[in-house]
Amino acid sequence: MSEIEGLYGIWLREFKVFQREKSRVISAIAQPIIWLFLLGGGIGASIDTSRIGDVNYQHFLFPGIVAMSTMFGTVFYGLYIVWDRKIDVLKEILVAPISRITVFFGKVLGGATDAMITAFLLLLLGVVLVGVAPIGVVGGLGIALLLAIGMVSIGLTLGAFFESMEGFQVIITFMIFPLFFLSAALYPITGLDPVLGAAVRANPVTYAVDALRGALIGRNYFPLWLDLAVLLLFDSAMVLIGAWAFRKMKL
Amino acid sequence: MVLVDSPSSGNGVMIETRGLTKRFGDLVAVDHVDLEIRKGEIFGLLGPNGAGKTTTISMLITIRPITEGRALVNGFDVARQPAKVRASCGIVFQEPSIDTALTARENLELHARLYGVSKSIRTDRIEELLALVDLKEREDSLVKTFSGGMKRRLEIARGLLHHPPIIFLDEPTLGLDPQTRQHIWDYIERLRREMRTTFVLTTHYMEEADRLCDRIGIIDHGKIVALGTPKELKDSLGGDTVVLTMNEPPLDAFRALPFVSKVDVRDGSVWLSVERATSNLARIIQAAGGHEIGTVEVRRPTLEDVFINLTGRAIRQAEEGGGEGWSGQVMQYTATTNR
Repeated sequence: MSEIEGLYGIWLREFKVFQREKSRVISAIAQPIIWLFLLGGGIGASIDTSRIGDVNYQHFLFPGIVAMSTMFGTVFYGLYIVWDRKIDVLKEILVAPISRITVFFGKVLGGATDAMITAFLLLLLGVVLVGVAPIGVVGGLGIALLLAIGMVSIGLTLGAFFESMEGFQVIITFMIFPLFFLSAALYPITGLDPVLGAAVRANPVTYAVDALRGALIGRNYFPLWLDLAVLLLFDSAMVLIGAWAFRKMKL
Repeated sequence: MVLVDSPSSGNGVMIETRGLTKRFGDLVAVDHVDLEIRKGEIFGLLGPNGAGKTTTISMLITIRPITEGRALVNGFDVARQPAKVRASCGIVFQEPSIDTALTARENLELHARLYGVSKSIRTDRIEELLALVDLKEREDSLVKTFSGGMKRRLEIARGLLHHPPIIFLDEPTLGLDPQTRQHIWDYIERLRREMRTTFVLTTHYMEEADRLCDRIGIIDHGKIVALGTPKELKDSLGGDTVVLTMNEPPLDAFRALPFVSKVDVRDGSVWLSVERATSNLARIIQAAGGHEIGTVEVRRPTLEDVFINLTGRAIRQAEEGGGEGWSGQVMQYTATTNR
């Protein structure tokens, strides 16, 4: 009973902090728009649309950008506990008589909530700019949630082991960017050279992008069941690792 | 409210340590400390920074592993039952751990939820504590707008919120104005009286320790060097000191007095160690005979004197001692966070 109260308390804290950081919400919305118009507009002008399923490149890019916004937001959210730990805010929560598992799930829920709010605003924008159907918004939210749970768990796991913010650049360069660029968010899965193609297929984010592309513009490569199965497997594994990392985390 | 069944309630010992030791590499931060703290007791740990006070408390509240020895808190083994120990404790940290992105009230509400304070008493308790620390008017302001003293007060309110049987206060009134300190002392005494709460506090303020603590342990280089009531510790110095300024002191006449244990000449004054100075003062002046006395001063020993006597330095000097104290503390802290 008190574990649930504690879980709610931690989630509520995250939600309030998110609400108050208007600049974070604004940049979370503005950045994807910049990608869509400045990158999507430029590359779209020189692309052969028959290679991407005969859609406008910006439309093709939009699901990838929803995935990008979700994954960057959640990984950074998770990494942020390094800072919380440094300024001792986390200490109060970690010395409380609730289990570390509860703390971990509170943080996962908090991060997922932030990601859902951002994704929802972004998808509404998609209705206007890209012609996403209202039902696509619902499907898109569900897939973004699956991606968010796994990604926030990765962020929290890394955050649990990192001592300072200095390691962040390394994570961004060697983990987040490769995961994003190898997710087929910017280009189609077909026609890649074998090595790149294998890497794209091994990347769980690819399946989130593919499912989003199916839900939002009706152009998926893998069957939906495969996308969902990979994401569920990915989430389960990341949540388990994250919960373990929180139990091992030192103050 | 978390109800903690307590195996200790039988003999009334709330905290017990046997050979409690913490090593950081070659450095022995806490060196075989034996303590027994009873229910309803206010126990003070005194010592310079880096002496091992904070490290001792960190082990007792389960945030740092014990290197050697054993500790029971509220009857629970610190190493084996950390969750039960944590549910038994309220903690006011030395370093601020208030969430600055939340308001004062939100911080208290979060704490109440984390410690399972039931909804029915939560609101009243929060009101009571906000009033205690004088933050009622600022309850809905974000803590990032608070001064250091206000954050400290909020932190104390938070530590007391769930009425735990044991409360650890690490330098609780550091940087607070005298009036707020007085309020907090009164509340600590009230909680002890009404709830039989046990308090363990560390402090640099000798008068705070003297006024508040039933017993004091003086810790230096990780070892408990003295343990007793403030009176016992002060009496251990051999009573009062009478300081006389005079030109040609009849030292032998003073030495002959049965209640004078020691005669010293320092800085042109005579220092007499005297039992019950106030009642024997007339006989001292008599013993001076016709010699002219400039001034007479009667000094009761303070805890500061006890500390100087035991460690050879004043507590504040010890603390400033070549930066060793502070940076040592900071280094220890990073060493543990880094693992």
